[in-house]
Amino acid sequence: MKAFTQLNGLACPLDRANVDTDAIIPKQFLKSIKRSGFGPYLFDEWRYTNYGEPGMDCSTRPINKDFVLNQPRYQGAQVLLARDNFGCGSSREHAPWAIEDYGFRVIIAPSFADIFFSNCYKNGILPIVADAAIVDQLFKECEANEGYKLNVDLSSQTVTLPSGKTFSFDITPHRKHCLLNGLDEIGLTLQHADEIKAFEVKHKAAQPWLFA
Amino acid sequence: MAGKTLYDKLWESHLVHEDADGTCLIYIDRHLVHEVTSPQAFEGLRLAGRKPWRADTIVANPDHNTPTKDWAKGIEDPISRLQVETLDNNIKETGALVYFPFKHANQGIIHVIGPENGTTLPGMTVVCGDSHTSTHGAFGALAHGIGTSEVEHVMATQTLIAKKSKRMLVKVDGQLGKGVTAKDVALAVIGKIGTAGGTGYAIEFGGEVIRALSMEGRMTICNMAIEAGARAGIIAPDEKTAEYLKGRQYAPKADQWERAVAYWNTLKSDADAEFDAVIELKGAEIAPQVTWGTSPEQVLPIGATVPDPAKETDATKRTSIENALKYMGLTANTPIEQIKLDKIFIGSCTNSRIEDLRAAAAVAKGKKVASNIALAMVVPGSGQVKRQAEAEGLDKIFIEAGFEWREPGCSMCLAMNADRLSAGERCASTSNRNFEGRQGPGGRTHLVSPEMAAAAAIAGHFVDVRNQI
Repeated sequence: MKAFTQLNGLACPLDRANVDTDAIIPKQFLKSIKRSGFGPYLFDEWRYTNYGEPGMDCSTRPINKDFVLNQPRYQGAQVLLARDNFGCGSSREHAPWAIEDYGFRVIIAPSFADIFFSNCYKNGILPIVADAAIVDQLFKECEANEGYKLNVDLSSQTVTLPSGKTFSFDITPHRKHCLLNGLDEIGLTLQHADEIKAFEVKHKAAQPWLFA
Repeated sequence: MAGKTLYDKLWESHLVHEDADGTCLIYIDRHLVHEVTSPQAFEGLRLAGRKPWRADTIVANPDHNTPTKDWAKGIEDPISRLQVETLDNNIKETGALVYFPFKHANQGIIHVIGPENGTTLPGMTVVCGDSHTSTHGAFGALAHGIGTSEVEHVMATQTLIAKKSKRMLVKVDGQLGKGVTAKDVALAVIGKIGTAGGTGYAIEFGGEVIRALSMEGRMTICNMAIEAGARAGIIAPDEKTAEYLKGRQYAPKADQWERAVAYWNTLKSDADAEFDAVIELKGAEIAPQVTWGTSPEQVLPIGATVPDPAKETDATKRTSIENALKYMGLTANTPIEQIKLDKIFIGSCTNSRIEDLRAAAAVAKGKKVASNIALAMVVPGSGQVKRQAEAEGLDKIFIEAGFEWREPGCSMCLAMNADRLSAGERCASTSNRNFEGRQGPGGRTHLVSPEMAAAAAIAGHFVDVRNQI
């Protein structure tokens, strides 16, 4: 996994609540057996005016000029501003894969859906939960100012606005450690292999039918 | 000290390790695997030179990509075929307790086959790279969806890194009226608390209405917990649970059966257990539900009219109503009963079990699908459900009424195979999500119970099924 430490990135406002993972990456792209290459199909049904198929060359597809990601001023954005309950619906990890492959490394929203939220951390994406009032302010400032960048620093757990104003965010020490160092969680968990084996012995004695 | 909730008991009985910050390692007893969310996980294991910790916990089967007709032709879409064959090869390499390849007599939707084989049991932890894993909570198991990285993590370590959720009790007391189903209860709960209402919680469903439901009905409710934002829905096991499981292929046998049932009887929230949130509904007040928008929380009773954004004072909500009405091609204040339909889908992990098919068939029996319905299809949840339905003659009832009787699979719930809506088509669907494009790009989905879907097929528009039975 890519490490995440600090980023000074262009923000892009996606002003819509309850954005579901079907919208983030539609089902036809889930047929891939790979982990990469989903970026061109991120928000496919909103981004293009024709129906997308896996493997399609997106550089020649007709685009929906009204969709925020297609506006010239937001090209190269790395911070996605979103509304409540971002990433609801299906557990597909293809959603964070598409977001990361497109180039976003940070998502800021008042709330996220649970499964999507934990999937982000497995893919070097930092999802930040911020107060609705702060998110509102970010949306307003971002829409009003072209080239609006946010400075996100994971070690100090802060986001700095162009005005110099700062807000802080929460993250569990475990997730922070993994993200800062780009760690493979499986390797970390296997350090507890003896504990897992000891648990299994006890568990099997209590519920032997689970080990039939 | 307050007593423990069922969720607390399930959590504690699987806790392997806890860090100071509350990050835990939870032991996983059952790993359900399908073709869409697993290939990258198997690839990850291979690249790291790792083997599954316990392949005997894996129950696998392709379901999302498989066609529901013309099985003799195989899977025509080469990309879908490759994904299904990849699962075949991966399971061949790692092994599994149960694997039903495409066309196997027992193949079906993974959330239908787990319970029907007895591979889902009370007191277990169950995971799958699929958000509707919450279904298995109906047995008093702690069951939830995970991402593909977690699929790999579970295969490699038999554990999941997790933090304990908050605990919510959804209590539905009284009795449901005739024609009102578990699906209507689930939609009514989501309508009340919203699609983010359960975020961060594990929901326990309780109360007289839940106790009175069959196992099939309980699975429908727990299946929809994720649509309320809760990863897991749970119902305490009881004599119905044991009755359902007894004699199933992988259920405990002989001397272990009594011991297992005795343990399962302890799996309930203590009388003095405290929940972080309690939501109460009265069964008698729940009418058949129909979603009108593009989120499951955009739901109303059948007698209602489509909402008017002009009456909404909150700007964000007003915009989302306007967006939904535009996408759905609906005019504000239209009575739901006047909404005409193009297609009917009875199936999915929410409503494709034998009881669902019996209920839909009872409504359709001796009647004909309306002439404006281009396609009405019934997709059983598994090979076993299909055979049972055929043994009861349900297939004939559906076919005579003008429905298509298909092979099992996920089908038009998410339209990864050839079953889908065209742009602008409107469908009454017994599935779980009415998101934009879910059943096909530009398709318009209304979520309902199997009874309501069958009644809509006959009338050509939504009707109150309570007047039909």
